Amino acid sequence: MSVVVQASGLSKKFGQTAALEDISFSVNESEIFGFIGPDGAGKTTLFRIITTLLLPDSGEIKVLGLDETRNFKELRKEIGYMPGRFSLYQDLSVEENLEFYATVFGTTIEENYYLIKDIYSHIEPFKKRLAGKLSGGMKQKLALSCALIHKPKLLVLDEPTTGVDAVSRSEFWDMLSRLREYNITVIVSTPYMDEAMRCDRIALIQNGNLLAVDTPTAVKNEFRRKLFSIRSAEKHKLIIALRSLDETISSFPFGESVHVTFKNDRLPGNIDSLLRKKGISDASITETESGIEDRFLELMQTTAQQDHKTA
Amino acid sequence: MTMKKKVIEVENLVKRFGHFTANDRLSFDVYEGEIFGFLGANGAGKTTAIRILSGLSSPTSGKVKVAGFDAGTQAEMIKRNIGYMCQKFSLYEDLTVRENIALYGGIYGLSRSEITERTAQLLDRLRFREYENKLISDLPLGLKQKLSFAVAVLHEPRIVFLDEPTGGVDPITRRQFWEMIYETAERGITIFVTTHYMDEAEYCDRISIMNDGRIVALDTPSNLKKQYNVSSVEEVFIKIARPAGS
Repeated sequence: MSVVVQASGLSKKFGQTAALEDISFSVNESEIFGFIGPDGAGKTTLFRIITTLLLPDSGEIKVLGLDETRNFKELRKEIGYMPGRFSLYQDLSVEENLEFYATVFGTTIEENYYLIKDIYSHIEPFKKRLAGKLSGGMKQKLALSCALIHKPKLLVLDEPTTGVDAVSRSEFWDMLSRLREYNITVIVSTPYMDEAMRCDRIALIQNGNLLAVDTPTAVKNEFRRKLFSIRSAEKHKLIIALRSLDETISSFPFGESVHVTFKNDRLPGNIDSLLRKKGISDASITETESGIEDRFLELMQTTAQQDHKTA
Repeated sequence: MTMKKKVIEVENLVKRFGHFTANDRLSFDVYEGEIFGFLGANGAGKTTAIRILSGLSSPTSGKVKVAGFDAGTQAEMIKRNIGYMCQKFSLYEDLTVRENIALYGGIYGLSRSEITERTAQLLDRLRFREYENKLISDLPLGLKQKLSFAVAVLHEPRIVFLDEPTGGVDPITRRQFWEMIYETAERGITIFVTTHYMDEAEYCDRISIMNDGRIVALDTPSNLKKQYNVSSVEEVFIKIARPAGS
């Protein structure tokens, strides 16, 4: 298994703002590597560095074994990049956009059609339509086709599924999985925690730092505490009640329920009466499995505590 | 929950554009203080329906009442009784926190004394005192989002429409935001959420799912999960919402 991206100690500042702080990671061939984190975490800055569009202030990065400054021209031929904002030509047709990208990279649609067939066939019936007139899901498929048409070794996708509905998102991830067959490495970013499970490995990113890098399952399993899921018709009252208990370590709303951890990993024996005293009489409690988001929350809190101690 | 008051009443709403039927006989009610999720694939007809519910467009036929006013004939009254917050911030980046609040207060027709009073309440409730004279552009994303929401309900509307309210924010901020939403709902303001983010849908009291101009499901998240025998709203959505034309 060869390494496609090797980054160590990357830092980048914009004025006083540190966008990336001492980031190290590596990405292996043919894997789908996801950067999961909120807006402003540094994902786009990092992707611009990976794609040679921006240089780090310090640290080293090699992509496909090539140096980002000396070999940037060669490197750009090997990378397909889909930026976060739709950046195709709105006043060219679907087909013209694809043709354009193929020509710029010295290839033809025919030559690499097999690579994009799976994706492009969905929008091919509309190939005469202007790109600006496409729906969100179709724009996304065209942008992916354009990023793939020169058969890149590395595909870099910045938030490809933002603003796209759940059905199209799920189809999109299926398409990415199939690219493994062609040995294309995929680096993708997303603010949606639920998409983490579709990646081979993930990095949780927040405030320019990597909080964790591993397989999604391993990241999830790093959450060691016993996690309880508690429900009540009065969710907000329940959260406030749980927070006021001495035994509670953390309590966060998770959809219809509240995820709670307790001291000594034990559900207080008198929890029902404790909650009843706070006016909650319908609580139903089950032990539950942790997800990526539980771990993300836990990591955010530990980092916040460490910052507090050093400050 | 006894004696639930309806704040949105929709009966056989139809909206046509030429030969295209964007909303095909929609019927649903939303109650006071409810957190209602309005879901659907791109192109399912959500935006058309929301424009009607917020007084920006009138129905071709059917009955639509929002905050007690008719969407066909009393659109102006509807606009005065709703709030709106979209993903892209509606706050003015080059005005301060205080100036933004005053500006929106003025637009919503609050009096000078009401603006002063509500500004103070809002700054205290959000613990925003230290930021009151900061420009919006200098605030971190999470704070902007909370302020946008607070400003959207500054005039105590009956209903507030939220478009992907917690998209792109970190998990802790997301939860603080939902707690703000719960508090607001407890005050009796109805929260109408549209989102592509099925995790967000899980937080709603009830959700509806649109497909091809129709509502194909409407229930609590847990009932829908039970009905389709799956563990998440995402799976329910994928089972029943086929995107139109893509």
